[in-house]
Amino acid sequence: MNFLIQGFEKTFIREDRYLMFLEGLGMTLLIAFCATLIGVVIGALIAIVKTIHKQTHKLGLLNAICEVYTTVIRGTPIVVQLLIMYNIIFVSSTNAVAVGIIGFGINSGAYVAEIIRAGINAVDIGQTEAGRSLGLSGGVTMRAIVLPQAIKNVLPAIGNEFISLLKETSVIGFLGVIDLTKAAQRVISRTMDAYFPYISIALIYLAVVCVLNYFVKMLERRLAKSDRG
Amino acid sequence: MNGAATPLIRVEGLKKSFVKDKMVLDGLDCVINRGEQVVVIGPSGGGKSTFLRCLNMLEVPTGGSIYIDGEDITAKGVNLDKVRMRMGMVFQHFNLFPHFTVLKNITYAPVQLKLQTPEEAEENAMRLLRRVGLEDKAHAYPSQLSGGQKQRIAIVRALAMNPEIMLFDEPTSALDPEMVGEVLDVMKELAKDNMTMVVVTHEMGFAREVADRILFIDRGVILEEATPDEFFANPKEERTKEFLAKVL
Repeated sequence: MNFLIQGFEKTFIREDRYLMFLEGLGMTLLIAFCATLIGVVIGALIAIVKTIHKQTHKLGLLNAICEVYTTVIRGTPIVVQLLIMYNIIFVSSTNAVAVGIIGFGINSGAYVAEIIRAGINAVDIGQTEAGRSLGLSGGVTMRAIVLPQAIKNVLPAIGNEFISLLKETSVIGFLGVIDLTKAAQRVISRTMDAYFPYISIALIYLAVVCVLNYFVKMLERRLAKSDRG
Repeated sequence: MNGAATPLIRVEGLKKSFVKDKMVLDGLDCVINRGEQVVVIGPSGGGKSTFLRCLNMLEVPTGGSIYIDGEDITAKGVNLDKVRMRMGMVFQHFNLFPHFTVLKNITYAPVQLKLQTPEEAEENAMRLLRRVGLEDKAHAYPSQLSGGQKQRIAIVRALAMNPEIMLFDEPTSALDPEMVGEVLDVMKELAKDNMTMVVVTHEMGFAREVADRILFIDRGVILEEATPDEFFANPKEERTKEFLAKVL
């Protein structure tokens, strides 16, 4: 019992170390959130290019670029991508947080693209036909008619993507960014005790993921209900 | 030239195949005049719907030409969006936009295409909704409507573009029997106003009552073409007789 109290005191209370964990958690959430946003934008663009290419055989070059992008991103480790981003592509930048957000966003985009493409495919082709038959252009039909329905269908899946990004960001310490994981390491370097900080951040990650999971499930139920109408 | 009847749609040698060597439309010719109501009937798989969907280029023909008001819309470089603004289409499965209210379903295209101001479009939509008896549904979402109501809204959505031609692709086939009447009534009203209509349907009663002319399409061609009286009383082709014997 004494051991627990001492460990807790040493890890969280002394020198207000709980603040380091809080700040780290904030950083983790910030990076995951911004990266998901970037991922959705990139993913939607790629999904649209791929869908248009499949339907009309136009945009061949853009489609090829998208194929290369998804292959490279999905075929290489995220840590390697981040290191290349930070040390080669954005070597003149000192803002590791921004580079991390961009890196995770670009990474996430490749996965979100598949999610959104499936969402677009799931929208009845009759919706496109109705839009086009009214004289709306292909672009307007996609943007105003198909995409909103597709995004709504895949919102839970995007929520899950946010959850996995949240966990993946724990490698951002490679760029020297102090996220939740890095915060734990810094506390350990002061206390010389790995037990408490690591178990603590595992529990913190778990708790955040559980809460987010709950919201995604709630969203799924809401959407299912509105579909039944 | 017959002075009274001006051809609005002229189809020449229309061909369409989805897989190689299997012609769904096999050199189909026809003329549809302004103000005429043409009903297309025939066995399923015979090419009726494909024919109709070619008329506004939702299906791109494999061969042949379609002239709308003298313009060949199968030619390269034709602005199909402009062509489609002149022709409304009503689908078997309604295809209302589920994330828009009824009013936005109706007003979105004319406003987006800058054919009407938002105020004009809304006024127009409410007038049309009153005509089909659904003005109280303006702010409802499609999921809150019955099938018959959805299809009447779909007709209104097409009419809101002030089209010269209305295409109907089996508009009552997906409806419960008790809702067929309310949709056919709206279509009859339209016919009375001399809207140019091309209707693919299995409703023989509607064909008999409303059609100026009936096209019997089978195996990708117009096998027989006649006024309803002639068509139902004295079908000439053997396959027409067979078909009518089955459906009547």
